[in-house]
Amino acid sequence: MIINGVTIDQTFAEAFPMKGTRAIITAQNEKWAMISAQAMTGFATSVIACGCEAGIERVLSAEETPDGRPGVAIMIFAMGAKGLAKQLETRAGQCVLTSPTSALFAGIEGGKPIPLGKNLRYFGDGFQIAKKIGGKRYWRIPVMDGEFLTEATTGMVEAVGGGNFLVLAESQPQALAACEAAIEEMRKIPNVIMPFPGGVVRSGSKVGSKYPALGASTNDAFCPTLKGVTKSDLSAEIESVMEIVIDGLSKEDIDKAMRVGMRAVCDLGAANGVKRISAGNYGGKLGPFHFHLKEIMA
Amino acid sequence: MSALTFTMKRRPDQRVDMSPLVCQKLQAMEPDQIAAIELQNGNSKIRVDQLFDISGSDSQNIVIEGSFDKLDFIGKELDGGAMTVNGDAGAYLAINMKAGTIKVKGRAGIYAGCEMKNGFLEIEGDAGDFVGGALPGNKQGMKGGTVLIKGNAGARVGDHMRRGQILIEGDAGDYCGSRMLAGTIAVMGDTGRYPGYAMRRGTLLLWRRPRLSATFNDCGSHTLAFLPLLFASFKTLNSRFADSSVCFSRVQRFGGDMAESGSGEVLVRI
Repeated sequence: MIINGVTIDQTFAEAFPMKGTRAIITAQNEKWAMISAQAMTGFATSVIACGCEAGIERVLSAEETPDGRPGVAIMIFAMGAKGLAKQLETRAGQCVLTSPTSALFAGIEGGKPIPLGKNLRYFGDGFQIAKKIGGKRYWRIPVMDGEFLTEATTGMVEAVGGGNFLVLAESQPQALAACEAAIEEMRKIPNVIMPFPGGVVRSGSKVGSKYPALGASTNDAFCPTLKGVTKSDLSAEIESVMEIVIDGLSKEDIDKAMRVGMRAVCDLGAANGVKRISAGNYGGKLGPFHFHLKEIMA
Repeated sequence: MSALTFTMKRRPDQRVDMSPLVCQKLQAMEPDQIAAIELQNGNSKIRVDQLFDISGSDSQNIVIEGSFDKLDFIGKELDGGAMTVNGDAGAYLAINMKAGTIKVKGRAGIYAGCEMKNGFLEIEGDAGDFVGGALPGNKQGMKGGTVLIKGNAGARVGDHMRRGQILIEGDAGDYCGSRMLAGTIAVMGDTGRYPGYAMRRGTLLLWRRPRLSATFNDCGSHTLAFLPLLFASFKTLNSRFADSSVCFSRVQRFGGDMAESGSGEVLVRI
């Protein structure tokens, strides 16, 4: 399959089941909601070393948030329920509780309830106040700027992590420009996040390493500087490869995000140096969710 | 299916225990069985059909027509369904109610919403003393649900209240929120003497400045983030509480009762 001069490889992205949740951070204005959200989703690019994958889903207008203030929806994904709960709680405690004027609310109704502010309440040292409003439990925790309002729990649901595609281009700036165009479109899709910096990862990995201590190492088949010395997947004209990784609440959500992202890349086309789109898979051994690029773009 | 309607034929001199006439107890009964239920009337028993004309068949929607203030225990332990009381209700209205809706078009006697667990109770007229309170000797009053009073309430509103909310459009009597353990009492009108007397936790939300006792300390004026959420939850009510012009988030906060733990609060609109 060739779209606008871009070859779509006959391959698939391989994804695996994760647990996911969403939280809504509000603040006096969007600036401070965003600051808190960025802190909460920081150092959360990959479960390999961060414990979770997190990102900002979208900015919410005042009309869309529970307390009528500007807000940001963030999503966190982890391999297990326990890990997700721990990450959510520690991040909420260090990045939202601490952030001026913030409030924190559940972003998923239903699912399995996991603590959001339920245990942060103990920071209140006995001065905290519970309020049950409209069937939901909230905690008011006195803090130095006033009161930190947080919902007790949010919902945890089954999710999918590790959807991806690779952009192969004739130069590094062209690979980055194509990925930026893709991310801009993908951010419009609900229920997904692209957890890497700016949504783009330049150090895609393969499973295993020559060093026994490492579980993953550089994806040498897609490293352009190794074309002559390893079993390369790259043709002569490819000088740079970048990857976009997607976590989402369902396979369908990731399908949608991959489709709009790859379409944006193809719109730039060969004229802008984009030559191929491929994907990372591990021969079907890693996860049960397979995203066949050609089917998505059909 | 029309509402199961009990229309008062005559007003007995003695008080009547209406607790058998709730939705969950009547749902499996035939009309002649309902007619034969015996209600406690003073120190004797009286059949339902001696007191009421019975019409309709929807036991999940009960209407009492021509009710008056000697009909006690209306909606006792109601566990789902709707009850409408056209007229006044006696004492212990909705006592131990678990779920469902009770609407009273007139006034209610003492102990309305007493120890109720959940559900919604609306009283269009005035309510007596101890709304949402605990029975004498019991340590916990209302534990959940909402009581909406469009008129005034008597003394000791929410005595020993544990959770839930009591919303009063009119005035509240003396000792409003006395010995409260938690929950929210909102009063648009005046409050009597000693509001929040011996309250441990919980919130008294007041539109008018109360006469507070010396054991409530001023914590200053604040904009509280939970108030917009609270008011938003009132939007579905057929009440002045749903009117956005009565909402506020800026309050003077008084902590107390310092004679207790001091973890309660009186929030006054500013």
